Amino acid sequence: MASLSGAEAAVATKTADAAGSAPLLSVRDLEAWYGESHVLHGVTFDVRAGEVVTLLGRNGAGKTTTLKSIMGILPKRKGSVTFEGREMMHLPARHVARAGIAFCPEERGIFASLDVEENLMLPPEVKPGGMSVEQIFELFPNLKERLSSQGTKLSGGEQQMLAIGRILRTGAKMLLLDEPTEGLAPVIIQQIGRTIARLKEEGFTIVLVEQNFRFASTVADRHYVVEQGKVVDMIQNGELDANIGKIEAYLGV
Amino acid sequence: MFELIGIPPQALFGQLLLGLINGSFYAILSLGLAVIFGLLNIINFAHGAQYMLGAFVAWMLLNYLGIGYWWALLIVPLVVGAFGIVLERLMIARLYHLDHLYGLLLTFGLALIIQGLLRNQYGISGLPYSIPPQLSGGQNLGFMFLPNYRGWVVVASLIVCVGTWFVIEKTRLGAYLRAATENPTLVGAFGINVPRMITLTYGFGVALAAFAGVLAAPVYSVNPNMGADLIIVVFAVVVIGGMGSILGSIVTGFSLGLIEGLTKVFYPEASSVVIFVIMAIVLLVKPAGLFGRAA
Repeated sequence: MASLSGAEAAVATKTADAAGSAPLLSVRDLEAWYGESHVLHGVTFDVRAGEVVTLLGRNGAGKTTTLKSIMGILPKRKGSVTFEGREMMHLPARHVARAGIAFCPEERGIFASLDVEENLMLPPEVKPGGMSVEQIFELFPNLKERLSSQGTKLSGGEQQMLAIGRILRTGAKMLLLDEPTEGLAPVIIQQIGRTIARLKEEGFTIVLVEQNFRFASTVADRHYVVEQGKVVDMIQNGELDANIGKIEAYLGV
Repeated sequence: MFELIGIPPQALFGQLLLGLINGSFYAILSLGLAVIFGLLNIINFAHGAQYMLGAFVAWMLLNYLGIGYWWALLIVPLVVGAFGIVLERLMIARLYHLDHLYGLLLTFGLALIIQGLLRNQYGISGLPYSIPPQLSGGQNLGFMFLPNYRGWVVVASLIVCVGTWFVIEKTRLGAYLRAATENPTLVGAFGINVPRMITLTYGFGVALAAFAGVLAAPVYSVNPNMGADLIIVVFAVVVIGGMGSILGSIVTGFSLGLIEGLTKVFYPEASSVVIFVIMAIVLLVKPAGLFGRAA
């Protein structure tokens, strides 16, 4: 444990260096519980405006829990999450959303009792300047043809597009995407990758949870490695090749 | 005049009309229960008492304040619905993290208290509430006599049921409601105030019951037990239609009223049990109910 906390300190310093300017999202010593089970043991990382940052790690490392804790979905948590300089920890999820953070869950969360259009229009606008429905159709033309289908009748890829598309309408500029490529065909994964690149160009800031680091390396600026409920390392995307051995060890591939 | 298998048409249509009236109340009440159960996951056992309270508040408005039927139709759902909102905020909201059973026990206890208080104050003999003058009299349709008020009850409950169905299934507000029924956590994470929606939904369900109570006041006598008698049948209707199904509760409510009426014509001995027999069969064949989705 002693060596781990040394590594954490190193990560924290590296994080602060990388930040330079004040980060848009800043997570400090975030701890969280599912009932009695202590899942996050002090997650610390920063995301600057306009960055695409991934949380890499094995199953059960605490990546999804980190996103849910930032969002305020998990009631039992402590530490600090600041967004645009504002402390979010005491806020319920709906106020975190209203502050301009949008969440796309791993299970996609498409509603079966809503058709595609209703699913798309469900999240309320929280800030001005969200994408128009036309722009979303430009990104995901499939959705336009299936507007009146039941949400869960879509293919897995289309459901993922719908799950991402609907949060682009809200005007939130910070997106938390939980494994958007999971279980999808390579051609769909490429489309999701192009979308993320396009969103970055448009000024969105994205935290991406991934297990697939090859995909992550095509879209991200930096990677945080999550292990046993902590951030244990940070790797610049440009240094990924040099660190390939280390990453494979972290991910157990 | 023709006769149908030895049944005079007056008797047949008379009972069908009675069935349709009963069906109107089954439909509004089971609709309210379905809306509440869908979002709150609470079986609102106080629903019968809230329906009775609707009739009583209408009676009180008339006798203490001189406010007549038409205003009561508007005011009573608001008053009783507000009472429901207070109940939800003060008591029911504390039970969401517990088993369904606790909500059932709480609302059942509340029903007993409300009924007991009114029984203590007004007795059980029933209070008269007269039909508004605009709806007295009736139409001779040739094959039967249709009292105007009874026709109005059927039309009003159809309007309310179809209106509620439309709002829930076809509007943005309804989409929020359906989504929150499926996954309240995610809907909250989109920035929607789910707790407030739950409170208002409960208030709306209670207001529906109170509306039915006002409609019922001139048909049945205003009596502290009127809800307790009716609600048992309504629960059977909800089980047959499928817990939480909006369309199911409306269609099942009206159909079972008619089936009950027909049973009274052809085999009166079975009329009080026919709904429960149907419930038993539905539970055996399709446990999720005729319109319910299997969990």
